Amino acid sequence: MSESTQTKEEWVPKGDLQEVKDPEWLFHEAPRKTEFITGSEAAREAIRRANVDIAISYPITPQSETMQQAGYLYDEGYIKEYYRGEEEIGVMSAIGGSSRAGVRSLTATSGPGLMRGLEAISSWPGARTPLVLMNMCRVINTPLAIQPDNIEISFLLNTGILHAHAENQQDFFDYSLAAFMVSEEVDVTLPAVVSVDGFFVTHARGQVSMFDEKYKLPPRDGWRSAVPAMDNENPPARISRDAPIQKSNFISYHMHASWQQEVFAAVERSAKYWRKYLGDLIEVVNPDAEEFIVSSGACVSQAREAVRQEGEKGRNVGLIKIKTIRPWPKLELVAALKNAKRILVPEFNQAGWLHKELCSTLYGQISAEIVPGPRVYGGMTMPTEMVLEWLEEGRK
Amino acid sequence: MSLETVRPSPGYEDILPIEYRDLIKHGQYGREVKVSEMGKFKELVEEHPMCAGCAMTLFIRLTMMALPNPEHTINVGTAGCGRLAISQANIPFIYGNYGDTNSVASGLKRGLELRFPNQVKDVVVMAGDGGLIDIGFQGLMHSWFRKERFTTIMLDNEVYGNTGGQESGMTMQGRVLKMAPRGKLVEKIDAMGLAKTAGCAYIARIAPTNPARVLRTVRRAILIAREIGPTYIQAYTSCNIEYAIPTPEVMQDAFDVEKERYGFEEIMTEDAKAYITEIEKKQKELAKSKAKK
Repeated sequence: MSESTQTKEEWVPKGDLQEVKDPEWLFHEAPRKTEFITGSEAAREAIRRANVDIAISYPITPQSETMQQAGYLYDEGYIKEYYRGEEEIGVMSAIGGSSRAGVRSLTATSGPGLMRGLEAISSWPGARTPLVLMNMCRVINTPLAIQPDNIEISFLLNTGILHAHAENQQDFFDYSLAAFMVSEEVDVTLPAVVSVDGFFVTHARGQVSMFDEKYKLPPRDGWRSAVPAMDNENPPARISRDAPIQKSNFISYHMHASWQQEVFAAVERSAKYWRKYLGDLIEVVNPDAEEFIVSSGACVSQAREAVRQEGEKGRNVGLIKIKTIRPWPKLELVAALKNAKRILVPEFNQAGWLHKELCSTLYGQISAEIVPGPRVYGGMTMPTEMVLEWLEEGRK
Repeated sequence: MSLETVRPSPGYEDILPIEYRDLIKHGQYGREVKVSEMGKFKELVEEHPMCAGCAMTLFIRLTMMALPNPEHTINVGTAGCGRLAISQANIPFIYGNYGDTNSVASGLKRGLELRFPNQVKDVVVMAGDGGLIDIGFQGLMHSWFRKERFTTIMLDNEVYGNTGGQESGMTMQGRVLKMAPRGKLVEKIDAMGLAKTAGCAYIARIAPTNPARVLRTVRRAILIAREIGPTYIQAYTSCNIEYAIPTPEVMQDAFDVEKERYGFEEIMTEDAKAYITEIEKKQKELAKSKAKK
């Protein structure tokens, strides 16, 4: 019987036919097959295997394709609940609501949408809501543009949100799956953002090695959490975790301060779980080099090519790819760059948030020159030649 | 939370605070309380920092008494006076961002339905007029258009009380308030009409002049939201501070406003009416048979 002639009673959600497997096995041991797919399709395949309970969508270029694909996954029964929200404030609030209910929650957005939903987004960590936000980076208006540019990441840096930055389609698949597991760990209980540079990754194809779609991650266990779900399954108490501070007073200041400290401590605690799935928080190429390129996201790919071309000329240039922006791999960076003489920080944004982060980490630790660039923004691509020119500039 | 979760394990009862023991022994869990019992049972909300004589506080107390299943209820609110009392109740309370109540409640309710397919969890949004009709307007309307199955209660004091008395969309035209130095220029928003247009299954306008009617209205709204669709209660809960109503005259004001422009009104869809009629019929029969025994 074809699906179209099945009655409602006969329909079996495809998610129910998947087998739950240990996530470490899925990441490191399960047989994988490689497909040549876009970043949006890689996201879809991650979602298919992520045992998502609810996905709430709202369109914005270049994210739309992913969340409409999530809609198809819902239609097939891989996701249990799905709807299009009213706009990003509504969506980011609603996904915070569903996470509070104790179910695995997913949404996605891009630049201006992220900015619109930022009040809700920045309140997720304080509410200790595990969930995953896929963020397909895009220029923030104005002037209007829909091109890639990851300045929006700078607005998330100090929110207490976990944040991984994917280089390519493969990372987008792996990081998204890891994000669900890390976010829901009891001693983490925080939202996670997986950012990817729009268009360069979302709409371009790349090789993605994936475990079989018959497997899926274990479900979220709503009882395992640093704070209780808002499900009224606990004995009543005249205090709400969401409103510990009713009016300004000495106690409330301390409560708020310690609550914030705990959120940021949880971000640090998440490092061990990210390592479990992704290996080290940074990837180091040519560790003995004196010239280094440090980058994250799609920019790493151009840096990789620059490093390769320099190698062909007999020059040893190092590369550090930062996988997680939060937790920030401070100790790893200091150790990997201790002998560096000059460090380039190529970025797809005007503000240079990665350069600033790196400077604050390395200040007083090493004596290398930390170069603010090269940078492109407003939707430009970064030619490898530009990275090579900046390297050459430093040698003069 | 089942009632078994609420009850202390044997041997632990003595070490629990008397407040908690009273709540279990003399509270409203597992039974329907009546207005005539006020003062004779342990209420879900007692101590609160609301202003003396606040009509909103009375309405919130009555609403808590009306909850058909408090052990399976989650309240959602936003900034405003009401949350000062709502957050003190023995009901989990989500105090979200400004105006996010109905969006949060949409995700929460759907999540709870997924996680507890065999246990109804009631979600009740209780927020002020500003929180719902101004900053929360979009979320409010779309939750209704989407037919989200939870109850929205507007605590309509016709002013931003908590921030110090600014006009809101629900303020009457001409009223001089902060941010309306020449009097409010436009009419009070017809939220009842909007609820009707959006297709709410049950809509009620009420003033807290008749406590039994408040209980009945809230119960109806919550029960209908479980099965039929979104429900909306708009309650006149005056701000005696910003409207300079002397404390002893707060209730007289409620009667006056009710008579003048806030009369009790109840609108429900046919299926909501059939559903609630059936439930109330069964409840009456049950009460009769109990009385006979």
